[in-house]
Amino acid sequence: MIEIKNLHKSYKMGSNALHVLKGIDFSVKEGELVAIMGSSGSGKSTLLNILGMLDVADEGEYNLDGMPIKNLNETKAANYRNKFLGFIFQSFNLINYKTALENVALPLYYQGMNRKKRQEKALKYLEQVGLKEWSHHLPSELSGGQKQRVAIARAMVTEPKVLLADELTGALDSKTSYEVMDLIQQINDKGNTILVVTHENDIAHMCKRIVYLRDGVIVKDEKVKQVRAKEYVQ
Amino acid sequence: MRLLFDKNTWQEIFGSIGKNRTRTIITVIGVLWGIFIYVVLAGASKGLDNGFERTFEVVAKNSMWCYAQNTSIPYAGYKTGRRIRLKVGDANILRNRIPEIQYIAPVNTKGAFGGTGALTVRGLNSNTYAMYGYYPDLARITPQKIYDNGRFINDQDIEQARKVCVIGERTQQEMFEKGEDPIGGYIRIENIYFQVVGVHQYQRTTPFGSDGDIFIPFTTFQKIYNTGEDVQFFTVAAYDDADAAQVEKDIKAVLKNLHNVHPDDERAIGAINLGVIFDRIIGFAKGITFLSLIVGLATILAGVIGIGNILLISVKERTKELGIRRALGATPNEVRTLIILESVFLTMVAGLIGIILGAAVLNLINNLTQDSALPYTNPTVPIPLVIGALLVMVVLGTLIGLIPAQRAVRVRPIDALREE
Repeated sequence: MIEIKNLHKSYKMGSNALHVLKGIDFSVKEGELVAIMGSSGSGKSTLLNILGMLDVADEGEYNLDGMPIKNLNETKAANYRNKFLGFIFQSFNLINYKTALENVALPLYYQGMNRKKRQEKALKYLEQVGLKEWSHHLPSELSGGQKQRVAIARAMVTEPKVLLADELTGALDSKTSYEVMDLIQQINDKGNTILVVTHENDIAHMCKRIVYLRDGVIVKDEKVKQVRAKEYVQ
Repeated sequence: MRLLFDKNTWQEIFGSIGKNRTRTIITVIGVLWGIFIYVVLAGASKGLDNGFERTFEVVAKNSMWCYAQNTSIPYAGYKTGRRIRLKVGDANILRNRIPEIQYIAPVNTKGAFGGTGALTVRGLNSNTYAMYGYYPDLARITPQKIYDNGRFINDQDIEQARKVCVIGERTQQEMFEKGEDPIGGYIRIENIYFQVVGVHQYQRTTPFGSDGDIFIPFTTFQKIYNTGEDVQFFTVAAYDDADAAQVEKDIKAVLKNLHNVHPDDERAIGAINLGVIFDRIIGFAKGITFLSLIVGLATILAGVIGIGNILLISVKERTKELGIRRALGATPNEVRTLIILESVFLTMVAGLIGIILGAAVLNLINNLTQDSALPYTNPTVPIPLVIGALLVMVVLGTLIGLIPAQRAVRVRPIDALREE
């Protein structure tokens, strides 16, 4: 699903450049649930941003489902993001003046879907994350876990090829974190490809594979025995 | 364009406009005030314009008064300071020599320009009023409003030098009892009994006159005061398409020639030219209209800049939201359109409310000034001006929206998302 070869990225900081990614080779197959682990500064967020087409690599190849991702302008990147990718953020990034339903429906708006269809579909996905009754609440009326579940529904609603989650449990307590991870695992069980960036060991071990990143290179890439989050959820 | 007519686009716009009501309202008030001022100013100046038009409507716009004074330059053996007397016969000569003259009427007065008027008595009531000797043609030059049942001086009055008079409203009030019909009644003017044939309504159309004025036939005036062929002034109406200033010049030239006045003598023959004054007032009204247009547009501009300013702040506030939208697949163009349409929409709504409020205020002013003597009639804003203002607003709204829109697009989504 994802294939990356020799990916380099550096940021200019004044006169000297900060080399963040120093030749990443990495691939993800369909249906995988991969955790990217690393301390801060290891380059994991940069990698995720490049995978998410929010940033471009200086060097290297990136293929998404056999399609080379290169020479992106903003408009093209926006369309690809909308069609192929779903984002889940640490700080949820819900639009605070839109209800849960409207937030979930927003990516569909940018696909040009009409309002009625949009809301139907959004409601279906809200139901999947167990928030059907909360569909007309504003983000401010939801708990952290609920917000993240709305965000997950929003990421899922366009039926993307890959879900990219950036520290999705970073702002949640452990109980809620496990609930959210349980949901992620359920989604993965249905065959969705998910990439999770995290620095929490327990979260990483709820995935099927862990990629360790340090100072811009992959130091370890191993399959792990998945810990089911359900065990922790009462 | 597709975006513009898409219901979804508007739902998005209403969503983000509705998000911050206070901000939206304040923004709207800025432009609303601008267009409001514009409409009221434009309407008021139009009202003034109409008022002047109405005031001059009753008088021939190309009319003038021509009078004689002392000479200031010696000429043809006459020394300076000679008193020039216009003669009744001059009227025919003028009419023959200057084809632009439509009507000409000699006038004599007593008490109109200082001096005592004619002593008028009826029963125990007495007063002095300015008296005018008129020809019937005068009514064609400065139309007279005569109350029902009455009439103006006619040709028979002139031919027979009848002792008839047209009195003013005040004269009627002071001479006749309330409810008493003055028509056919007699009043004693300068010890001669005159029959009242009409009551005129005073109009502010001439440089002189009052609501007490008494009009009598010119020929009668000649007999009472023994003025012979002398004329104090001519009232002249030129044809509508004539150049009033040129006609005035021609009349003066002919009169100077007739009375042996030096051609360069500016004092001997004088004139009050309503045509020229009218042009000047119309010019003044036009100037006011223009000024109000400029002021109005400037106020609109200030309002629109306010919108741009607030949108700029709003874009800054919404950096993260816009970043989220772009991460979710909004193209830069869609973000730009969203901001610009917000700007245009706010401007339009504000503009429409402003126009409605402005029209309401104009209507109120109109009702208040209905019965007043102010030269102010039917203050309306011409539709093209309103549409023009709306267009200006849409264009300005778009242009000013471009700035925040560009700002919104310039921030990369990744940076926008990072911002807390």
